[in-house]
Amino acid sequence: MSLLEIDNVTLRFGGVVAVNQVSFSVEEGEVFALVGPNGAGKSTVFNLISRIYEPVEGDIRFDGDSLLRHPPHDIAKLGIARTFQNIELFEQATVLQNLLVGRHRHRKSNFISELLFTPSVREGERRHRAAVEKVIDFLDLQAYRDKYIAGLPYGVRKVVEMGRALAIEPRLLLLDEPASGLSVEETQDVAFWIEDIKKQMGVTVLMVEHDMHLVSAVSDRVLALADGKVLSLGTAQEVQNDPKVIEAYIGGSDEPEREVA
Amino acid sequence: MRTVFKTSYDADINYFRHGAQATWYMLLLAIALILPFLMGTFWIGEMTNMLIWAIAGMGLMILVGQTGQASLGHAAFLAIGCYANVLLQLKLGLPFLLSFPLAGVIAGLAGALIAMPMTKLHGIYLAIGTLAISILTDDLIVIAEPLTNGVVGLFAPTIDILGLQFDRYATPDRFYWMVLFVAVAVVLVYRNILRSPLGRAFAAVRDSEVSAQAMGVNVARTKALSFGISTAITGLAGALMGHFAGIFNNETFNIIISIQLLLMIVIGGLGSIHGAFFGAIVVALLPQAIAISRDLISGFVGGGTVAIPGLESAIFGAMLIGFILFEPMGIYGRWLKIRTYFELFPFYRKDMFRRQKSYLKTERMR
Amino acid sequence: MDVLQLFVSGLANGCVYGLIALGFVLIYKATEAVNFAQGDFMMLGAFITLGLTNDQFWGLPFWVSVPIAIACMGAFGYLLDMLVLRRMFGQSQVAVVILTIALGFVLRFVAGVIWGHQPVSLESPIAGKDVRFGGLVLGLDEVTIIIVTVILTVLLYFYFNRTKLGVAMQAASQNQLAAYYMGIPVKRIHSLIWALAGAVAAVAGILFASKGSIDPSIGLLGIKAFAAAVIGGFGSLPGALLGGIIVGLIEPFASYYIAAGYSQIMPYLLLFLILVFRPHGILAQVHRKKV
Repeated sequence: MSLLEIDNVTLRFGGVVAVNQVSFSVEEGEVFALVGPNGAGKSTVFNLISRIYEPVEGDIRFDGDSLLRHPPHDIAKLGIARTFQNIELFEQATVLQNLLVGRHRHRKSNFISELLFTPSVREGERRHRAAVEKVIDFLDLQAYRDKYIAGLPYGVRKVVEMGRALAIEPRLLLLDEPASGLSVEETQDVAFWIEDIKKQMGVTVLMVEHDMHLVSAVSDRVLALADGKVLSLGTAQEVQNDPKVIEAYIGGSDEPEREVA
Repeated sequence: MRTVFKTSYDADINYFRHGAQATWYMLLLAIALILPFLMGTFWIGEMTNMLIWAIAGMGLMILVGQTGQASLGHAAFLAIGCYANVLLQLKLGLPFLLSFPLAGVIAGLAGALIAMPMTKLHGIYLAIGTLAISILTDDLIVIAEPLTNGVVGLFAPTIDILGLQFDRYATPDRFYWMVLFVAVAVVLVYRNILRSPLGRAFAAVRDSEVSAQAMGVNVARTKALSFGISTAITGLAGALMGHFAGIFNNETFNIIISIQLLLMIVIGGLGSIHGAFFGAIVVALLPQAIAISRDLISGFVGGGTVAIPGLESAIFGAMLIGFILFEPMGIYGRWLKIRTYFELFPFYRKDMFRRQKSYLKTERMR
Repeated sequence: MDVLQLFVSGLANGCVYGLIALGFVLIYKATEAVNFAQGDFMMLGAFITLGLTNDQFWGLPFWVSVPIAIACMGAFGYLLDMLVLRRMFGQSQVAVVILTIALGFVLRFVAGVIWGHQPVSLESPIAGKDVRFGGLVLGLDEVTIIIVTVILTVLLYFYFNRTKLGVAMQAASQNQLAAYYMGIPVKRIHSLIWALAGAVAAVAGILFASKGSIDPSIGLLGIKAFAAAVIGGFGSLPGALLGGIIVGLIEPFASYYIAAGYSQIMPYLLLFLILVFRPHGILAQVHRKKV
C-alpha cells in the first residue's frame, strides 16, 4: 500500500477547474516531486492534502485512511507536515518558539495543568526542547535560536520553516518550493538536507519545485502537471524528455498563464 | 546586555532568566508588600484600584496581545464576574472564598461560549462583534432587574474570609494585600501560559492561522480557550472592582469602560505583562495627576478649580495618539529602549529596534 | 397611518446612520483603515454649522454656513490623513481603530470646550415644520433628510463610476500597489477619500442636527452606524446605506411593538446574528487569503 494516494481528485473554483481528475501515489521512503508551469495546480494539490480546500470529487488517503474524514488540524497529528510557498512563519516569535509550535502534535498536557505548570508539563517542555535542539543541529540554526522571525533574512526563514515541519516528526513532508528565492549555495544545502531527511530520518518527501537541477538531484520520481491535469510520470530524466511536458513549458497553450494557488 | 550561559533546558523554562532579574522582581514584590506602611489610606486605595485594573488588563492582554484577537467588549465580562460574585454571596449565601473563583469560572465559560460562534471573525469584525456584546450586556443587566436590581444597582457585602474582614474603607490595607495576592497569582498563571504549549498555540494563531492549523493547532478551539481564560481573569477583576466600588449598576461597566480597557493595554505596550501594569498605572493615576496639576495651576494663576468634563479622556486619547504614532510598542517598548541604551552605553544604535513594516499585508484577504 | 409615520421617521434616522456608515465604508474601501471617529466627525460637522448659524455664536445665514461647514470638514479629513494617518501606513488595522477611537475622545473634548456640553438645537430652516400629503403629516426635516440622502447617493454613484478621479479612487481601493504602478497618486487619493468622508459626515451632521438637539456625545451614534455598516456588509457602499436603513427602521418598530428595554437591544442583536451567520454582511465583498 502506498503512503499517500491521490485518487481521481477534482477541485473547481467557480468555473475554473484547478485540479482535474488527478491521481498519483507516493511510496514510503521516496522523494516525489511535482513540477509544472505556473497555475498547473501543484500548490493546490498541497492545499487539498492540508484540507484547506475540499475536493468536489475523489479521495485522498494517507496510509489507507481517508484524509477527507479529518478536520484540517488533524493532518499534522496523522504525521503530515508542510511548508508554504510564501513562508507562513509566526513572525512575532523566536526561531525556537516557532520550532516548538511544531511539537504541538506531541503535546500531552491539557490546558489546566499548563496554567499551573505542573511538573509533568515541565518534563514535557524539556522533552520538546531536546527534540527541537536536534532539528536546530541538523539545519545549523544555532546562531538564530533566540532571534525573532521578523528580523531574519529570507533564506534563513525558508530553513526555519523546514525545521518547523521537521519538528513535527512527520512521516510525510510536503515542501512547497523549498528552493525558490535561494542562492545556488543555499539550494545545494537544501538538496543535501532533503537527501538526509530521506535517508537518515526515513521521512517520505513530496515537493513542489521549479528548479529542475534540484528536482533531478534529489527526486526518485517526478510528476508533471499542467492545467490541473497529469501530463507525465517517471524519473526526472524521463519527464524532462517527454514531448508533452516540453510543449506545456514552451508553448502550445495560447491562454495567458494564471496563478491558481 | 547580560549574556546567560545556559546549562540546561530549565534556563529557558524558569520564571527568571538570571539571578539578578529574580532579585529585582523580589525587591519589587517586597516594596509592594510593605506599601501600606509607607502610604496613607487614600493612596493605598489608589494603588488597589491600579492593581485591579492591572488584573483586568492582563486578562485582556492574553486575548489581544497573545492571541491577537481584539476585543472591545471586555467590560461585559467585568460585569459578569462582578454580578456573579455578589449574587452568589447574596442569593446563595456562598462565602467569598467560593463565590470569587466561581465568578471567574462563570465569566470564563460565558466568554468561551460567546467566542465559539465568533471564532471565524477577524480584526474589525471581531471588534464590532465584541462591542455589540458589551452593549447587549449593559441592556441585559437592566432587563434582568429582579436579579440585578437594574439601574438602582447592588451593594457588595464586606468580604469575610475565615473571620477576617476585608473592606475597602474599614480595612484598606488588608483589602490591598488581598488584591495584591490575586494580582501576583494572575501574573504567575500568565507566565505559565507563556512558557507552555498553550501560549505558543496562542502566538501561532495570532501570527498565522493557516500555518497554526498545519502544525496541528485547532484554531477555533484555541481562540475559544483564549477567550475563556481571558474573560475568566477579567471576571475576577470585575468581582474585585465590585467590592472596591461598594455599589455598582449597569453603568459601572458600560461600553466606555470596554474601550478604556483596550486603550489602556495599548498605551502600556501590547503583548507583555509589563504592558498591563504600565497601562493600569496610567489609567488609575491619571485622574489624580490631573487633579494635582490643576490645583498647582490654580495655585499660581489663582483661578477657580472648575472641573473640565472630558478632560481626562481627552488627555488619555492624546497620549494614545502620541504613542501609536511614535512608540507603537507602548510604555514598555520605550522602557526597553531606555534600558538597552544604558546597558549598551555608548554603543546603542538608533535603528536597533526598527520595526518591520509589511506594506502589502492586506487584512481584507482572509 | 401610524405605521407609515413610524416608517418615515425610521427611514430618516436610517438615512443619517447610512450616511455615517457610508463614511466608514468609503475610508475602509480605499485605505483599509477603519475610522471609529466617523460619528465624531458627524458631531463636529453639526457643531461647526451650529456655531456658524446660531445667534448666540456667529449668526450667519444657514445657507452660508452649510457649505462652509462641509468645506471645513473636508479640509479636516484631508489634513488628518496627511498629517496623522499617513504615518500609520503599514501598521495593523487595529492600531488605526485604536488611534481613531482616541481621536474621538479628543474631538468630543474639543467640541465640549468650544460649544458646551448642554444640548443645543441648530437654527435650521427645516426644523420643526410639517408637510402634508393628503391626510398624512410628515416632518419637513425627515422628508428633507430622505431626499438629500438619495441625491447624495446618486451623486456619489456617478462620481465613482463616471469621473476620472472617482475611477482612480475605485482602482486604488481594489489594489493599492497596482494603482500606484499605473501612476495613480495613491497617497493623495487616500487624503481625498478622507476629505470626502469628512464632507459626507458634515452633511449627516447637519441633517441630524435639524431633527433635534445635539451635544458633544452624539458621536457615540457612530456605534449604531457601525452596526449598520457591518449589517450591510463592510466594503459595500449600497450595503452601508441599506444597513443604515435597516437599523433605522428596526428602532421605531421595535419600540412600538416590543416592551421598552428589549427594543433598544434589537439593532445589536441583529448585528450579532449577522456576524454569526453571515459574517461579512448582507452584501459581502471578502476574498480568501491565498497560501
